[in-house]
Amino acid sequence: MNSAVSIRDVSMRFAGKRAGEQIDVLETVSAEVAHGEFVCIVGPSGCGKSTLLNIVAGFIEATSGEVLVEGERVHGPNSRRIFVFQENGVFPWLNVRENVGFGLRQSTQKERDLTIARYIDMVSLAGFENAYPHELSGGMRQRVEIARALAANPDIIYMDEPFGALDFLTRLKMRADLVRIWQSEKKTILFVTHDIEEAVQLADRVLVMSPRPGRIIEAVDVDLPRPRHLDSSGYLEKRDRIFEVMGMSLRVGETAA
Amino acid sequence: MNSRGAEIAVEQRSTSPSPKSETRFGDPDALLWRIVRPVGMAALFLTVWGLAVRWSGSDLFPTPGNVARGIFELIQKGLLLKYIVASLFRVSWGFALAVVIGVPLGLVLGWYSRAFQAFNPFIQVFRPISPIAWIPVAILWFGVSDAAPIFLIFLASVFPITVSAIAAVQNMQLVYLRAAQNFGLSTGELFRQVIFRACLPQIITGIRIALGVAWLVVVAAEMIAVNSGLGYLIIDARNAGKRYDLVVAGMVMIGLIGLVLDLLVRQLEKFDEVRWGYAGRRR
Repeated sequence: MNSAVSIRDVSMRFAGKRAGEQIDVLETVSAEVAHGEFVCIVGPSGCGKSTLLNIVAGFIEATSGEVLVEGERVHGPNSRRIFVFQENGVFPWLNVRENVGFGLRQSTQKERDLTIARYIDMVSLAGFENAYPHELSGGMRQRVEIARALAANPDIIYMDEPFGALDFLTRLKMRADLVRIWQSEKKTILFVTHDIEEAVQLADRVLVMSPRPGRIIEAVDVDLPRPRHLDSSGYLEKRDRIFEVMGMSLRVGETAA
Repeated sequence: MNSRGAEIAVEQRSTSPSPKSETRFGDPDALLWRIVRPVGMAALFLTVWGLAVRWSGSDLFPTPGNVARGIFELIQKGLLLKYIVASLFRVSWGFALAVVIGVPLGLVLGWYSRAFQAFNPFIQVFRPISPIAWIPVAILWFGVSDAAPIFLIFLASVFPITVSAIAAVQNMQLVYLRAAQNFGLSTGELFRQVIFRACLPQIITGIRIALGVAWLVVVAAEMIAVNSGLGYLIIDARNAGKRYDLVVAGMVMIGLIGLVLDLLVRQLEKFDEVRWGYAGRRR
């Protein structure tokens, strides 16, 4: 009962390109996210996982079902719950300092300066305070957005494939940093990705979705200590379990049974 | 560097043992050549112009020398500065009015689709009417005063500004809007802090186009409604004694001032707050 987020029988149906055509994107999705929990949603591309996160965040309305946050029905976005966008939602007309401080309009100047400095430091961007987003790399821009989300001190952070556009090494580094920040800040995180390895590296629990119309077909508890070793048997076991649920085999040349 | 340039550079490296003194002239992108090309073209143009006038035996159309003397004469009489100031005064008022009204109007119409439905046909019908066609109406409403050309300049520049602001809002990236909603901005904050800022690069481009049009129109307007300004100079020089040297002098000044105005507006594109919007464009 005491969940941070409750998703209850959420279905989503879009109008298709042809008249009268209906596309079912999500089918009675239900899930619970506990306070302080790090939950990843994985699924094949086009399964509706981004749509689900946008419904949970209140940007779009579900065709049926409801989303509750702290027991209250969600009717729209709220600054207690900050969304980190796939395509980078950092404002290009503001510099790093101004972007990170964007959610702090109500604070006093002194408080604001302290908070901005703290989170810029936390995402390792000290020295780039006055840089503009177009002068930064993709990974640095994504750090700015994470710092902007954290600085607003939300209860929940929604992340929609935030590292999808980054190169492999940057992605590994960003994951490690995100886990470190999550451990120190104690936020609830709901994280959407198509990358199974990413999900197992990050999450307390992984919700696996089916192809469209998306349903949650399994919840995998990843009760592994952090930092996680990517060659430990526990890690490989969880990863292979999710591959199996998604109907894929890891051995090259072999098709799913 | 183009492929031909690359070839030349390669050839040089292989044939000349000490390329240092030669590359300054050999490199087609060297500063020297970038100055020589436009200056050379201008010199050629002036020479051909002068020779053509002499060969044709025209005693009305001026040579470049006549025009230069004409400009000097205007400076001595104190007319040149007076006329330039008069023209700039009218452009400044009409244009400023167009910015003050066009930018907010465009942002609002771009944002509220129902208001856009109501106003768009109106804008699309008025937009293709040349400001020159409004001259009789302007004289009727404002008489022969500064208000008439200011009104015409306003009409000419308000449409490009409004239309570019509307398009900018309509094409704004959804992600900025959602981020703004997420942080709980009020409508006023949303317009000031996000919509206006996201659209500013495109609005500045619209302003640049509008200023060019405004400068075209002030000259046309001054030919009819008033008794000062560069447009007036051209008509007056023609009517009072066929002084074509002064006519061309007026044209030259109009061209030069138009160039300076455009260079000034271009400076707006260099601010950090809007530079992101012009990425990839060569400058």
